[in-house]
Amino acid sequence: MSKQIERAGIPVVHACSIVPISKTVGANRIIPTIAIPHPFGDPNKSPKEEKEVRKALVKKALKALATPIDKQSVF
Amino acid sequence: MEHRYRVIHCLNQFFGGMGGEEKAYQPPQLFEGARGPGMLLENLFPNIQVAATLVVGDNYLADKTERALREILALLTPWYAAESADKPKFLLAGPAFNAGRYGIACGAICQMVQKEFSIPAVTAMYPQNPAVIEYKKNVFIVRAGKDVMDMEEALRNMAVLGIKQLNGEELDPDRDHYIPHGQRKNYFAEKTGASRAIDMLLRKLAGKQIHTECTMPLFDRVEPAPPVRDMASARLALVTSGGIVPRGNPDRIEAASASRFGTYSLNGLSRFSSETHQTAHGGYDPTFANDDPNRILPLDVVRELEAEGAFGSLHDSYYATVGNGTSVANADRYGFEIAKLLLADGVQAVILTST
Repeated sequence: MSKQIERAGIPVVHACSIVPISKTVGANRIIPTIAIPHPFGDPNKSPKEEKEVRKALVKKALKALATPIDKQSVF
Repeated sequence: MEHRYRVIHCLNQFFGGMGGEEKAYQPPQLFEGARGPGMLLENLFPNIQVAATLVVGDNYLADKTERALREILALLTPWYAAESADKPKFLLAGPAFNAGRYGIACGAICQMVQKEFSIPAVTAMYPQNPAVIEYKKNVFIVRAGKDVMDMEEALRNMAVLGIKQLNGEELDPDRDHYIPHGQRKNYFAEKTGASRAIDMLLRKLAGKQIHTECTMPLFDRVEPAPPVRDMASARLALVTSGGIVPRGNPDRIEAASASRFGTYSLNGLSRFSSETHQTAHGGYDPTFANDDPNRILPLDVVRELEAEGAFGSLHDSYYATVGNGTSVANADRYGFEIAKLLLADGVQAVILTST
């Protein structure tokens, strides 16, 4: 899905926990996330801390989208 | 008397001796006997006789596929549906080597003929021929070289594979030189998977060649898109393969091998909650996602960042499917459809989340 959207000229950041799969499939901008069942969360943290971690990840994703790359990159 | 195998052979206008690109719109025509590569086939296999040769122009079939196939069916029916004992028993098409249109013709004809007449049909192509992806699941495609240099070998393998099928023999993609259909077959092995894996590892450590029992599919690549120039004014969209859907899963997206994606409104939503949304994904423990769907698709913080001006605006819908054994072909299609919707709304950046 990432590739088809990117083929249309829109940059995509793939946020996922299994980076090797993302790499094999061919996403170009990849950000590793926390865990498979909760990529943007951490139930072991307090709700406040969890949200901070989530926000940091989304900020990282936005940064990746604004970064020029010439090959597959993990941020 | 030695058993004779009668076959119908399909060729394009070029190999059928009708002409080059100027004859590419040639409608299908049937000729008695062998033509071009069919003559080589008869020389290689004295027990094979080409009963007839079907010739069709590359463009005619690629442009008007349905019509061409109907016409081909009408031409072939009197032969394959005949009562005669020596009617042709199978069909060979090509080899098409790396020719795209020819490959599509060979694949489409083989697929139709085996379905309509329940007879074996075999073609041959270069593995990267674009028609391979389309037809390898249903059609026996012998691995051939890029061009006619490989004619003899490809014809041999096609004929042997066709005759083996006629005789009901056991087939194997490696031994019989065809592109695997991508189906798994159960069999009884002498050693367990664990000891076969150890054997393989030991061979690998010893620097010997190993053959995997589970070939990974090959994936294509796409050039990285240029970055977003001005994030503060950019329109952002959210997509997920993590299965976040409105409660009740209104589109009934399957928990595995999803056959669709959903388009869901974000209008007036500042965050997902366990009251409004859930996961439909069957490939991970849903507890954490159902407690707080923002853990899969982080809408709550995306809205905060939107308010803070970290990006321009959020697209009105998000798109979701379940990435759990979903075929690459289906995922490609979802991505393609979603891209069209995003372009129509001027979206400039996408966050795609996966579990």
